[in-house]
Amino acid sequence: MDNLIFFPLLAVMIVVTYLIRALPFVLFREKIESPRLKAFFEYIPYAVLSSMTFPAILYSTDSVPGAAAGLLVALLLSWRGKSLLIVAIGTCLSAFLVSLAVSFI
Amino acid sequence: MGFSKGVKDGLAIGLGYLSVSFSFGVLAVNSGLSWWQATLVSLTNLTSAGQVAGVGIMAASGGLIEMAIATFIINLRYSLMAISLSQKTDSSMTIPARLITGYVITDEIFGVASGADHPVSFRYLAGLGVLPVIGWTLGTLLGAVCGNILPAMVTNALSIGIYGMFVAIVLPASRKSRSVMVVSIIAVVLSCILFYVPFFKENISSGFAIIICSVIASVIGAFFMPSKEEADG
Repeated sequence: MDNLIFFPLLAVMIVVTYLIRALPFVLFREKIESPRLKAFFEYIPYAVLSSMTFPAILYSTDSVPGAAAGLLVALLLSWRGKSLLIVAIGTCLSAFLVSLAVSFI
Repeated sequence: MGFSKGVKDGLAIGLGYLSVSFSFGVLAVNSGLSWWQATLVSLTNLTSAGQVAGVGIMAASGGLIEMAIATFIINLRYSLMAISLSQKTDSSMTIPARLITGYVITDEIFGVASGADHPVSFRYLAGLGVLPVIGWTLGTLLGAVCGNILPAMVTNALSIGIYGMFVAIVLPASRKSRSVMVVSIIAVVLSCILFYVPFFKENISSGFAIIICSVIASVIGAFFMPSKEEADG
């Protein structure tokens, strides 16, 4: 990637990511009391991950059937409470096998 | 509680990060970053979801404002963790100490530090961060290099791995809490609408799409289900 595109965007990422952690760590010593605000902060990580994953996961490989198989296996293994590593390996493996199978058809 | 205790407690996190960041490294080079660019992103940011979105914005040559807002929203949770962790620190946590250790506040490090049975000292938190930073950076480097060497079919399959891990974070939490499930489903539905309706797809970039979906879903959740106890029923 062209460094003229990469570095300005990276700099913004670094500054925002750092300040969002360090500033509250330095400035705030009190607990958040508002239940709505607390709930908002609690929900944000899951909402972010959900919207980042769907539907992008289906187009994350060059084969939609393969990616769909990966998604299915990810849902299945996660539902059974498997660890992140096991879920990741299962997802990649099934996506690979199905995309391989499809390419032979 | 000293530095070495922190390092010991950080071992499991560091090993976990090795595999997550490996898939990030593959994804980053598939998105057009070079191996050292991908590694530099990990070393300087130390955040999974924020980096995946950030690399997406880089790949699309997105704007600086878009990058700033997307990074802000996606990493907003760290503010809450920092505020919460702030209550548990001892007197060794001076302002310079906070400015240094603020960099290592991630979901997992926060989890371990806030679960510890002792106040969090500067040395402990610094030690806790060492192996996760190394694991996260090294994993990205390995993933980025393998992404360049391995055949396209393999790297394509590997780049789905990080999304698999995202599913593995959201789904168990949704099983435990109905309110988390509702918020997640709203986010998914909104995200699909923005992706599949041509008008939205053409006018809203991926970074802003994540912002819009996650903020709307979380506001709805906070408004109608302000307490988890209420919603878990």
